[in-house]
Amino acid sequence: MRFAVSEEAAALRVAARGVLGTEGAWRKLGAVGVIGTLVCDERGGLGLDENALVPVLDEIGYSGLAAPAVETIAVAAPMLDGPLVADVLAGEVVMTVQPRAGDPVPFGQTAHLIVLRDGDLWRLYRRDELALEACASVDGSRALARLIRAPEDGGLLLPEAERAWQRGVLGTAASLTGLARRMLDMTVDHVKRREQFGVPIGSFQAIKHALADALLAIEFARPMVLAAAWAQASKAPDAAVLTSAAKVRASDAARLTARTAIQCHGAMGYTTEYDLHLFAKRAWALAPSFGGAQWHRARIAETIGVADG
Amino acid sequence: MDLRWSEPEERFRAQARAWLSANVPRGLPSGDTRDGFARHLEWERRLHEDRWAVVSWPARYGGRDASVWEWLIFEEEYYRAGAPQRVTQNGIFLLAPALFEFGTAEQQDRLLPRMAAAQDLWCQGWSEPGAGSDLAAVRSAAVRDEAGGGWRLSGQKTWTTRGAFCTHLFGLFRSDPEAERHRGLTYFLVPLDAPGVTVRGFERLDGDEGFAEVFFDDVFVPDRDVLGEVNQGWRVAMATTGSERGLTLRSPGRFMAAADRLIALYRERPEPSLKDRVVDSWIDAQAYRMFTLRQVTDIADGKQPGPEASLNKLFWSEMDVRLHETAMDLLGPDAEPDGPWPRGFMFSLAGPIYAGTNEVQRNVVAERLLGLPRR
Repeated sequence: MRFAVSEEAAALRVAARGVLGTEGAWRKLGAVGVIGTLVCDERGGLGLDENALVPVLDEIGYSGLAAPAVETIAVAAPMLDGPLVADVLAGEVVMTVQPRAGDPVPFGQTAHLIVLRDGDLWRLYRRDELALEACASVDGSRALARLIRAPEDGGLLLPEAERAWQRGVLGTAASLTGLARRMLDMTVDHVKRREQFGVPIGSFQAIKHALADALLAIEFARPMVLAAAWAQASKAPDAAVLTSAAKVRASDAARLTARTAIQCHGAMGYTTEYDLHLFAKRAWALAPSFGGAQWHRARIAETIGVADG
Repeated sequence: MDLRWSEPEERFRAQARAWLSANVPRGLPSGDTRDGFARHLEWERRLHEDRWAVVSWPARYGGRDASVWEWLIFEEEYYRAGAPQRVTQNGIFLLAPALFEFGTAEQQDRLLPRMAAAQDLWCQGWSEPGAGSDLAAVRSAAVRDEAGGGWRLSGQKTWTTRGAFCTHLFGLFRSDPEAERHRGLTYFLVPLDAPGVTVRGFERLDGDEGFAEVFFDDVFVPDRDVLGEVNQGWRVAMATTGSERGLTLRSPGRFMAAADRLIALYRERPEPSLKDRVVDSWIDAQAYRMFTLRQVTDIADGKQPGPEASLNKLFWSEMDVRLHETAMDLLGPDAEPDGPWPRGFMFSLAGPIYAGTNEVQRNVVAERLLGLPRR
């Protein structure tokens, strides 16, 4: 028994941190190997497993990078074979996925390659093969698009669809915990410096208790996400239910933290002149992505035997 | 990451499970009543006979030298088997860690074996009428008795759990009235039959005589019953609070078993509008387990939990309330007749109060984990 991120995974996180927040970060993530975290050595990836995915996506979530990180690193890249892999891993060719049939496609306006859901399967298309329509999003950086009509044919069928879905849920959960921690850190910094009534507002118990609750939600979500990653990597029988539980807690923690962060920033939190709104909107975009908390609660109910009828 | 148990750990689990399934008593009355307490002592002595009372202690004190992982496994099996509350917990889980850390060899050899065997029964003497959340406001006094080679205690402790049934008390007394509040406290070990001690039991919210107030009227305590150094009682006490708030007192096994009972209750009395709350209780128990596994990994690596124990305490105490509220809602009108769920519900409401109120825990989290300014 050992519940700790491996040195290898921790090092990859540090490598990601080193390039995030700089110009051209997506290509740089490719250069340090992050895009190919889960891609096997023979295809030019790092050949790591889900245990390494979580720290990396938590870090990318923390950075707020606007890129299809979950879609590519967690879901699509490991399914891909052939000549395109090298360009995807280098960050030159951008991929995205539609999490579920009918969902809008994140980065559907910009990605070169789009993986659509076909029932339980995934099919790969070039963007110019698809009829897509840009749509405005809560999080403007997600370049959301809707499919106007389903493609009539074509599309390369990709392998191991269910595992890819589970990785997408896991990756989204990891991004959400990173985002939540970022919002909490920004808020802690703010309430230490912002003075009202002659003192820092962070000295008030009303603020302390609200932020303690946000930390509590994050700190009890993170081990769930790591445990789900381990279960996926070791093909444990409870991998799916632990992954759903991780997503429930990560979605809820991020939403609670977003609300608390905005509240503790007062009117500053309700402007777009301060970066907090970018992270909150990302949280609201990712919380329902790859199944929202309620959807995953229903999956858990089936597994633990409290489903209807 | 490796969330598998080793083969020796699995063997330990099998051994614990087999022993518990053959020995766990059924239908004991609450251990927080006088009659129930006596019945629970029989169980504690049975545990001790076969060396299951204090598995993590050294064998010479009645334990099995179990690792912290084996201790977690034992706890999982203990609660899975539906075994009774531990009426000895304040000794074995709260005083003992302080004795191991601060006690002299003489104190350890004298006190630990009797504690393990449930011969000496310890209660915690911290709260006073004027010192609850603000523990450093303790006023009960210890005055030096140089001629006698010890101290004379005066004052009052209260809300002392099972104090009316115990034989000994560990508590904080003010030994230097001039010192700043946290300094000037000393940690004493006091037999409750010492001349000058008066114990009066009183009822708790759940109707049991589970509380006591303890009066000290010039009670002599010899030097050998000071734990740690004179005027360093706060430091010794804080070592115990870490245990109380953290995982020693509330291991994940307890809540995993409670979540399983809630799921069983839902299956007996399905109510779809409450399904999500049952799911959330199941997730709570999993989350607490995973948090604990991470924390125990840190402990195994030699890191101390410190203020992080406040996160444990907030989480387990509040998930326990949520779980019991859901059970009460599932029971509907059957929540009114006395029974294990209504009793469990009432007891869950004590969780956010004892071991430091959750308001104080949130201050600790905000100030010591997030670095927010103290007032």
